[in-house]
Amino acid sequence: MAYAIEMKHIRKAFPGIVANDNITLQVKEGEIHALFGENGAGKSTLMNILFGLYQPDEGEIYVHGEKVKITDPNDANRLGIGMVHQHFMLVDKFTVAENIILGKEPSHLGRLNMAKAVKIARDLSDKYGLDIDPLKKVEDISVGMQQRVEILKTLYRGSNILIFDEPTAVLTPIEIKELIQIMKRLVSEGKSIILITHKLKEIFEACDSVTVIRRGKVIDSMAIADTNPDDLANMMVGRKVNTQINNTAYEPKGKVLDIRDLTVLDSRRVKVVNHLSLSVHGGEILGIAGVDGNGQEELVEAIAGLRKASSGTIEINGQDMTNHKGRKITENGFGYIPEDRQKDGLVLDFTVGENLALQTYYRKPFASSGILHPKVFTQQAKQLIEEFDVRTPSERTLARSLSGGNQQKVIVAREVSRSPQLLVAAQPTRGLDIGAIEFIHGKLLEEKQMGKAVLLVSFELDEVLHLSDRIAVINEGRIIDIVNPKETNENELGLLMAGHKKEAHQA
Amino acid sequence: MSFFQVLTIIIPSTLLTAAPLIFTSLGGVFSERSGVVNIGLEGLMWVGAFTGAVATLFLEHAGVGAASPWIAILIAAAAGGIFSLIHAVVSISFHADQTVSGVALNFLATGLTIYLVKMIYNGQGQTPYIANNIDKTTIPVLGHIPFIGPIFFQQVTYTSYIAILFAFICWYILFKTTFGLRLRAVGEHPEAADTLGISVIKLRYIGVMISGVLGGIGGAVYLVTITSNFNISTIAGQGFLALAAMIFGKWHPIGAMLGSLFFGFAQALSITSQQIPYLDRLPSVVLMIAPYVLTLIVLTGFVGKAEPPKADGVPYFKGQR
Repeated sequence: MAYAIEMKHIRKAFPGIVANDNITLQVKEGEIHALFGENGAGKSTLMNILFGLYQPDEGEIYVHGEKVKITDPNDANRLGIGMVHQHFMLVDKFTVAENIILGKEPSHLGRLNMAKAVKIARDLSDKYGLDIDPLKKVEDISVGMQQRVEILKTLYRGSNILIFDEPTAVLTPIEIKELIQIMKRLVSEGKSIILITHKLKEIFEACDSVTVIRRGKVIDSMAIADTNPDDLANMMVGRKVNTQINNTAYEPKGKVLDIRDLTVLDSRRVKVVNHLSLSVHGGEILGIAGVDGNGQEELVEAIAGLRKASSGTIEINGQDMTNHKGRKITENGFGYIPEDRQKDGLVLDFTVGENLALQTYYRKPFASSGILHPKVFTQQAKQLIEEFDVRTPSERTLARSLSGGNQQKVIVAREVSRSPQLLVAAQPTRGLDIGAIEFIHGKLLEEKQMGKAVLLVSFELDEVLHLSDRIAVINEGRIIDIVNPKETNENELGLLMAGHKKEAHQA
Repeated sequence: MSFFQVLTIIIPSTLLTAAPLIFTSLGGVFSERSGVVNIGLEGLMWVGAFTGAVATLFLEHAGVGAASPWIAILIAAAAGGIFSLIHAVVSISFHADQTVSGVALNFLATGLTIYLVKMIYNGQGQTPYIANNIDKTTIPVLGHIPFIGPIFFQQVTYTSYIAILFAFICWYILFKTTFGLRLRAVGEHPEAADTLGISVIKLRYIGVMISGVLGGIGGAVYLVTITSNFNISTIAGQGFLALAAMIFGKWHPIGAMLGSLFFGFAQALSITSQQIPYLDRLPSVVLMIAPYVLTLIVLTGFVGKAEPPKADGVPYFKGQR
């Protein structure tokens, strides 16, 4: 059997950590091979070695059976290896065509031939069925199209081995389906694909074989046909995990959040939340399902007091909180897990202990007369780190240096420990690995059981379906329907999310 | 005095004072488009003006004559390019804060040029006056067109037109060549450029050195067309005006040129006010501070959102992603 890529006994150490320890990866020609592992397991390091961004300390690389040395991305490109990066490597202000040809431009005596660049982009997009608009600027196109541009960049360079680094992290469910089809089409054209992921579902939908790595070591490698989701999950985490969410009994209590006729404008003064009404009761998880950009973000920000409501009211615990200051809302029993944990959830250059006290630092016993009491901070931090299983060297560690999952645990610990009546969780598990997702889901369910109201906004339909007691579908800033998760399915939700109310009910 | 006459005074004066700003702000565009903030434009103009003075004097002494200032501009360009290497090494290779490095460049230029003047000219604080300026002249053919000729092509220096031509050349280079595309890519998203095999370091060095060359030219042009000798108050903020013109022009070569013309106009107002009806009644201090007040007003209100290149001012570490 011929291998497109063979990486043998790769070792790469960084100060204080061995990221790759004797890793062997074999990818057959014409297959989609999953590289499966938790965040920080060493997947990205391995792929950066293959792409020439890092040099291995030990080990050998073979491409189509020939031993090679890859010292920079140019080498990788020459060998036909292309990478679709997780954080897109696109220049926002350039057009799609400019991004595709950058670095290998059609030109004459240094003069760019843009007409030819546009033609190249069009031809490639036709050949591989990747729908793009070469003349649009990248900042104006959807995330899905941006990813297609990334793929076209590698194809333009003649890549026949494509590395996809966590490609679905930023995509909507529909875009994920499209991407999987694209990958299958590329393989049928004779390409080989390495898919870096920590999502089980994708592996079973897309891949032919899988290599599991944990803490820098290969645990096992096998054909997909020879394994199942539970086994893979256990291998990745190194213990038994529960991949099925079991929602608990639904015993709703009184209204905690009551939104009436709410309208919110975005920064371009467009009505993104449009006369929306919604209420969440104690003892329930209300899931909001919707395609990205239908007003979820602005709705959540309006509840949190981060964005002005132009009309309508928001009541929390029976008190009008419309357009009040964040602190007042917080003190009225509001907990918030923001969508962008690094930007809005944490001060990355503060310590874990300081981040844990961001909502309470000004109150006794954390401070008196404007003077902080560090001992109290430390005390609280130690207790919360223990209780919420935050993996950190100490409470004095900077939040920046924690993994995504542990950063999220810090936020959850801070918000939940104040035991708010209303908890709003926006994309709480985005980009997290199975272990961390399991933990966050458990916490949300715990809150519900304690009689709190939970508003969950998520693009992961699975998550919404399994955690929610009621699902509100949002489309163009309105709740177009509220459905019972036990009586619906992904198809119906998909149609509702696209705004087809009637057809969905007939379906 | 007719409006036409006012124009024949103020427009040639605008073109004269704008030329050094155009060259220097174009330099700024190259540096910042590659991702390196260059607050050291002022220092580069000092070096350019100093070199322009010394080189012209030397060439005159050697008997070169009327060509002296032109050759001196070229020498100043080289000096500016070399001087800017300090900024490049410190901020690109050693990842230092670019603002601090730029400020250091300004201090260094001030101290170094005045020190050298004292060394060369026996302890005097200024250079002698150059004998061969680039003089105001009437441009052949164009200068004799009715109306337009006297306004735009009489009492002007060739350097103004070369500066405007440069703006268009810079626009072409930045937006129509592979080099320009890559330079802008490096200033917007260096990691992306790196993964495509484009050398971020090399392009940023080139960007900064072009700013050095153009800043040097700007300083020398200021000297050989306006002041004719070099001392501590020669440049006095021209580099910062050029920086403002670049921002005013939204990091675009044509914009930077228009910005420079605007500031040139503001300076021309104060220079020519005594000859212009109504303006001559204003206290001269009002007109002298006009360029700076206009700068503030323009930068706060009129530009709208001036958005710099995304990676402008961010040192690039290879492999840190």
